[in-house]
Amino acid sequence: MSAAGHPRDVVIVGASLAGLRAATTLRAEGFTGNLTLVGAEPHAPYDRPPLSKKFLTAQAPADTGLPVPDGLGACWLLGRSAVRLDPYSRIVTLADGTRLPYDGLLIATGAAARSGAVTGEPGPEQGVFTLRGRDDATALRAALTPGRGLLVVGAGFLGGEVAAAGRALGLGVTLVEAGAVPLERAIGAEAGAFVGMLHRKAGIDLCTGTTVTEYGTGPDGTLRGARLADGRLVAADVAVLALGATPATGWLAGSGIEAADGVRTDSRLRALFPDGSTVPGVVAAGDAARVPQPLADGAAPALGHWSGAVEQGAAAARTLLLGDAAPPYAEVPSFWSDVHGVRLRSVGLPALADTVKVHECDRPARRLEVSYHREGRLIGALTIGRTSRLAPYRVALAEYGV
Amino acid sequence: MRITVDLDLCESHGSCVFAAPEIFSFDDDDYLLYEAAPDDGLREAAEKAAASCPVRAITVAAAP
Ligand SMILES: Cc1cc2nc3c(=O)[nH]c(=O)nc-3n(C[C@H](O)[C@H](O)[C@H](O)COP(=O)(O)OP(=O)(O)OC[C@H]3O[C@@H](n4cnc5c(N)ncnc54)[C@H](O)[C@@H]3O)c2cc1C
Ligand code: SF4
Repeated sequence: MSAAGHPRDVVIVGASLAGLRAATTLRAEGFTGNLTLVGAEPHAPYDRPPLSKKFLTAQAPADTGLPVPDGLGACWLLGRSAVRLDPYSRIVTLADGTRLPYDGLLIATGAAARSGAVTGEPGPEQGVFTLRGRDDATALRAALTPGRGLLVVGAGFLGGEVAAAGRALGLGVTLVEAGAVPLERAIGAEAGAFVGMLHRKAGIDLCTGTTVTEYGTGPDGTLRGARLADGRLVAADVAVLALGATPATGWLAGSGIEAADGVRTDSRLRALFPDGSTVPGVVAAGDAARVPQPLADGAAPALGHWSGAVEQGAAAARTLLLGDAAPPYAEVPSFWSDVHGVRLRSVGLPALADTVKVHECDRPARRLEVSYHREGRLIGALTIGRTSRLAPYRVALAEYGV
Repeated sequence: MRITVDLDLCESHGSCVFAAPEIFSFDDDDYLLYEAAPDDGLREAAEKAAASCPVRAITVAAAP
């Protein structure tokens, strides 16, 4: 530590949204020490949300690079993965054997697409995709040619967007969802049914309450289709598994930090050991982290949202610099998704609601406004085509967040 | 202070409205309205809005 109490050597593992925002914040708040960013992907930091939206449908692939401020003064180790953390001697080890000592470490390794063979059997080698990074999106984009059949497994936010993109590109799309309506756990039955209506109106064959039990392949091993649990056969040349994501925290195995479902943090984003004590000098942010949410009375649900990565990256950086003097994390979670040309936007934690109130539901105009309540208290809100209605909910939710 | 929003980029995310409701708002059709020359006292809120915009449509500059 330097005289001012700031760390001298900060290592950020995960050179994407949360990591870059943390790096930017460190410099903006006066950190003058050595800053190293380690990223498994060879790419400079880029934005993921467009990858399931306009990156797939635009004539030319959209450039989704995140701007790196001039004068950031960081050492970039791209295309290199961290494989080990020793929190006692404070060293991160990379796959090529490089050892990086730190006195401040930020874990921002995000998440990886859950690929788990849906059928329990390994799927065909060609034609089945997951979507998390730019390379995935580039490969998928090349496969989405008009007239082909697209099977999307999982009608969550990502699956819904990919299905919509496929439809916009002129593919025949089947969207398979185990639940009764899309997104039921995330946003409830009412809003989920509304999204299902949007999919069907766009010409997507939405099959709910079922799963894929078997893939059909041609003689050359390429995908031809799938059989569903309800006995239906679906013809498809391309399948996308949109089954959610798991925190990319495998590299922490053996460190003593239990992180299978994300690194648990305290309210200042400091990483915790299983006994609840803080890991000295280590903070975590973004999809790799499980951060206590004031709205959830301090519980730490897995969220995986763009705004959370941005806000937590900045907050974790402040904790590295200020320790206990850093403000506790109190942002209201928020999320957006774009399907069939309408914007879905939520604030708060709709998944924790016990009651849902529908304030507006205009199917022809494709507008929806819903609020979520838990034990009589507002806990979230969601709009479709009505972002203008959301701000007052956000203000009300921020008031609990202290 | 001078605010510019590139309305070709703006996708009506509303993050700026959350961060700085004194400057940014929506009309009933989700189109963004904003104050182009807000008071300097709102600088911090304006910077926060610019930083939270997912498409980086907002520029904050000193008054000309
Ligand atoms: C296709 C797609 C669409 C999305 N759309 C939306 C949306 O519309 N709205 C929304 O709110 N959110 C959306 N999200 C979620 C949002 O993108 C994430 O919440 C955000 O990217 C999280 O940022 P992060 O920095 O925590 O993690 P990530 O962006 O996942 O970055 C983590 C980085 O760490 C690297 N890494 C992993 N392991 C290691 C290691 N061992 N060593 C070194 N580097 C490592 C990875 O390569 C990656 O670059 C979307 C996500 C995806 C994938
Ligand atoms: S945050 Fe950006 S995209 Fe969203 S309304 Fe404001 S300017 Fe537009």
